[in-house]
Amino acid sequence: MIALIIRDLKISVRAGGGFGLSLAFFFIIVIFFPFAIGPDLDLLSKVAPGTLWLGALLACLLSLERIFALDFEDGTLDLLATSSLPLESVVISKALVHWLTTGLPLVLLTPFFGILLGLQNNNIIFLIISLIFGTPALSIIGTFGAALTAGMKRGGLLLSILVLPLYIPTLIFGAEAARRGIQGFETQNSILLLLGVSLLSWAILPFAAASVLRINLR
Amino acid sequence: MSFWEYANPVKFLKLSGVLLPYFSILAAITIIAGISWGFFFTPDDYKQGATVKILYVHVPSAFVAINAWFMMLVASIIWLVRRHHVSALAAKAAAPIGIAMTIIGLVTGALWGQPMWGTWWEWDPKLTSFLILFLFYLGYIILWAAVDDPDTAADLTSVLCIVGSVFAVLSRYATNFWNQGLHQDASLSIDKEEHVADVFYYPLIVVMAGFVLLFFALVLLNTRSEIMKRRAGAIMARSRI
Repeated sequence: MIALIIRDLKISVRAGGGFGLSLAFFFIIVIFFPFAIGPDLDLLSKVAPGTLWLGALLACLLSLERIFALDFEDGTLDLLATSSLPLESVVISKALVHWLTTGLPLVLLTPFFGILLGLQNNNIIFLIISLIFGTPALSIIGTFGAALTAGMKRGGLLLSILVLPLYIPTLIFGAEAARRGIQGFETQNSILLLLGVSLLSWAILPFAAASVLRINLR
Repeated sequence: MSFWEYANPVKFLKLSGVLLPYFSILAAITIIAGISWGFFFTPDDYKQGATVKILYVHVPSAFVAINAWFMMLVASIIWLVRRHHVSALAAKAAAPIGIAMTIIGLVTGALWGQPMWGTWWEWDPKLTSFLILFLFYLGYIILWAAVDDPDTAADLTSVLCIVGSVFAVLSRYATNFWNQGLHQDASLSIDKEEHVADVFYYPLIVVMAGFVLLFFALVLLNTRSEIMKRRAGAIMARSRI
């Protein structure tokens, strides 16, 4: 499992591996947003948590198709399925790599983007916490969607349609936690609910994704 | 004589062929009776005027839209556990009806909301969760259409239906939470059933029964045509050999 994680990490950071793509996309959203809205920092700081969350979600969506598509095409997935490693663990490692290459960098970059969007230093912490708890859910839900569409040639559009409604609870609780924190309300409930969604997703979706992969590999 | 006998397509076709006309006629009678009772023989509401009559279509369609998904969930689980093809096809058959009812619910709601709330659309928890339900139906139907092999499609959509149900329930509570966070004023989310007076309530029940019968009739019809389509495909494949 660790070998698989290291292999996938290596592939993703190489040129054309898609590591930079979602980061660049996130970057573009944050840079271009003020051009579209106007340079008013008060207004920007009001919509900043929503913007950053939406940016993280879309950046995540962009890189989902790669999780299984390449391995499915060249037969690696067949080998993984017949190896002694349970397919559930394969799903977990794939989701983990996806998070390490998209979710984690986004979280690390959030302080800088938060400043660009006019957030105060002590407010950014809420955004970071909500993203740390929320982006793992985005990764595992997306991995399930990618497993559903693994066998299809052009599954990109289908993948986003399937995954979008599944993302709604995470987005609601995550953006809510960040917004409440920034406006100075209590955040405990929304953060706990967000964490609940994340843990629930990581508990049930590896099984669902593995069963779907087995169907697709038949 | 067990319920599972009807998992046999031949027996199912036979039984559903007998039941279908009854369901259709009963649905037509109850819907026509209920709607005309509601439209012409009940007074206008003192506040809402004649617009209250939209609810005779709105509430039953919303009711069917939600319960169609439950029916699909049960049928999907039966397919995954017992591998009865009729069950998978029934789930497939219910989805277009469900999405149509969702759209009817959303559109009639907008028509009612414009004069009453002064807006076509409000990000109220109920409205929002219906929009989410619409997205779930959409994904489910598209996934059925995207996969060529019927058994693979049935398996994939069944898993999606189960996972989707979990997340649909989550979304329902999330939207409640989210909307409270936005504005505390809950005056828009009238719980319709509890506030409805008897004059409006009885015709509403009749129309709801009619919509449920209509749903059964349409599911039977769709499932029958799916089975026949598959049978025709098998015959064609055989004749090619």
